[in-house]
Amino acid sequence: MDLAFTEDEEDFRHRLRAWLADALPMLPDRPHPADWPGRRAYDCGWQRMLHDAGYAGLHWPKDAGGQGATPTQHLIFLEETERAGAPYVGAGFVGLLHAGPTIAAEGAAEQRARWLPPILRGDEVWCQGFSEPDAGSDLASLRTRAVRDGDTYVVSGSKIWTSHAEIADWCELLVRTAPVNADTPKHRGITWLAMPMDAPGVTVRPLRTLAGTAEFAEMFLDEVRVPVTHRVGEENDGWRVTMVTLSFERGTAFVGEVVACRRVLEALARTAKANGRWDDTVLRRRLGRLAAECAALWRLTQWNVSEAQRTGGVPGVGGSVFKLRFSQVRQELYEAAAEVLGPDALDAGQEWVADRLSSLSYTIAAGTSQIQRNIVAERILGLPKGR
Amino acid sequence: MDFQLTDDQRALRAGMRELLERRFPRARLRAVVDGDAERGAELDRALWRKLGAAGLFALRVPESAGGVGLGLPEAVLAFEEAGRALLPGPLVATELAAGLSGALAAGGAVPGSSEAGLSGLAAGAVQGETVVTALDEGGARAPVEHLACADAVLALGPTTVGLIPAAEVARAAEPIRSVDPATPLHRTAPNRARQDPAGPSRSGIAARLRREAALLTAAQQLGSASRTVELAVDHAKRRTQFGRPIGAFQAVQHLCAQMLVRAESSRSVVYAAAVTEDPGDIAAAKLLADEAAVHNARDCLQVHGGMGFTWEADVHLHLKRAWVRAGQWQCAAAAEEELAAGLVSTVETCL
Repeated sequence: MDLAFTEDEEDFRHRLRAWLADALPMLPDRPHPADWPGRRAYDCGWQRMLHDAGYAGLHWPKDAGGQGATPTQHLIFLEETERAGAPYVGAGFVGLLHAGPTIAAEGAAEQRARWLPPILRGDEVWCQGFSEPDAGSDLASLRTRAVRDGDTYVVSGSKIWTSHAEIADWCELLVRTAPVNADTPKHRGITWLAMPMDAPGVTVRPLRTLAGTAEFAEMFLDEVRVPVTHRVGEENDGWRVTMVTLSFERGTAFVGEVVACRRVLEALARTAKANGRWDDTVLRRRLGRLAAECAALWRLTQWNVSEAQRTGGVPGVGGSVFKLRFSQVRQELYEAAAEVLGPDALDAGQEWVADRLSSLSYTIAAGTSQIQRNIVAERILGLPKGR
Repeated sequence: MDFQLTDDQRALRAGMRELLERRFPRARLRAVVDGDAERGAELDRALWRKLGAAGLFALRVPESAGGVGLGLPEAVLAFEEAGRALLPGPLVATELAAGLSGALAAGGAVPGSSEAGLSGLAAGAVQGETVVTALDEGGARAPVEHLACADAVLALGPTTVGLIPAAEVARAAEPIRSVDPATPLHRTAPNRARQDPAGPSRSGIAARLRREAALLTAAQQLGSASRTVELAVDHAKRRTQFGRPIGAFQAVQHLCAQMLVRAESSRSVVYAAAVTEDPGDIAAAKLLADEAAVHNARDCLQVHGGMGFTWEADVHLHLKRAWVRAGQWQCAAAAEEELAAGLVSTVETCL
């Protein structure tokens, strides 16, 4: 067990730190959260800076235009950018973390050449059309239909929880190309398509969340025509195509968030000292316990990343374990924040109050905690299929 | 960075598990708790010597002093296995005393202890010839375990370290009916001479030993927490109700999944603390491992249903030992206060 970084890793960290120190002051002011075109320009501008400095697609394989960095280098990158207060991946999220890796793994040569470079340069933005109003945790029951008409698919249906739909150029879309019946289980009959967002028949409607903001959108598709050449993988093989991307996960998915948790916790302690609540033993001990949880999440991250580095594959036990603990701790953190704030916890203008509201999604998004527990029980602990 | 077990560490852990399965199988544990209370209080000296011969107490003692010459990570892995097997005895104190003997062999002295005979006691700890228990007078003031069968007591004051003949401590100690049938306990009167109103020091040898004790105790808690996951899952697969294994019910599955989450997240911080020896990491390790051991034993009991409430099932032994260990060394309040202090200190942390 070795927590020390190699000379190469330290070198990578120092070069990155030096570059961040030069690059971050060049950034324009952050746009208002409701200014979607401004956000697109800001996020894509940051991606272009990363690209020009050789940091774009750090974890992508080299033959896909990425840097082929090790999981540990990726961990260092995410840790340092978070500490330096660099922008998040933002509008580049789906392209860099899901659609891009899917195309890199399963796309034909001309598809890779068409779609990957603009993602890395920050020229094109992708969104994700997976979830549907009636297909959430049970994603494979999705019903958006695509009917073949010569060399195009005609797509009709609706999608939900689509981030950045307002400003995306492309949507990675899962559609049903074969009806579910006795011979076709629901995981078959799904196809992966790259849909241009400016195609006729695409309607995007912002979805206002309980936080009051519209970070997500609903998408209505009315006979949208998508060329067959925009299909990645075989027809009816889209479920496998989508799942392949999971093998790109190296235990680094939440590095920045864990670093941020510790920063928020220290800020809570400073605020509590200033407003006198630090003298409350119960609150103080609660913050101390959260510090232990943050330490465990950080060590679990390092453990998972090291495991991925050794096996070259998906983190075994670690991924679901981490997700379950992290989402719970993140919510507890903002519950503690509310206690530190006292009456100010009702002021929705406070940063921590907005974060408290956002944190309510953590136990739901990307697989609810209940689904995660099912996965742990069945796939890791080997318990019989649940009901 | 390579935060995974090395091949040698895996082999050491597997070897320790195999040794304990052979020398301390479940039947031996049951003999300890199912016999009369008097016999339960005795410690199996032959087993203790075998553990000593296998190097359990000498893992961190330098080779020049007759030890194995490994570090805290290896000791943590061995103690995790001991916790998993519910191995009784003052393992932590004996290991620490063996470490002191290594220091003595290197020409040092046990601070606060002048009696020459005690260096012999410490040396005996390395080989498992001596049983050493602990008296923590600077911290949690937990009851002293296995006092009646110990040869010596490692007494940690706020800043001082001493090895005292066990008989001397026993004169001023009262046995209590221990909640854990495999861990006899004595309550001791506070020794005013050895107390410091300022509380335990954060530096110096006493503080270091206290931290190592907390971490080795956390390692045992981790072993127990992992074991109760296995026991619960095994039971959930075998026990049938309503025509199917109870492990097919989500309500039971989710209990088991949360048990795994607790065990694995405490594992990461226990192992990291063994590498960094950082006081904050150790406090986090003890806090989370205590919680994992106690809470997992509780959930394991729940999964076992009525069977879990019987003496016959091993579940209660894990819970009771977890309670004993949670009260030893850095207890929850102390760990949380230490971690809270770390939030407002100016020293940069690992995270």
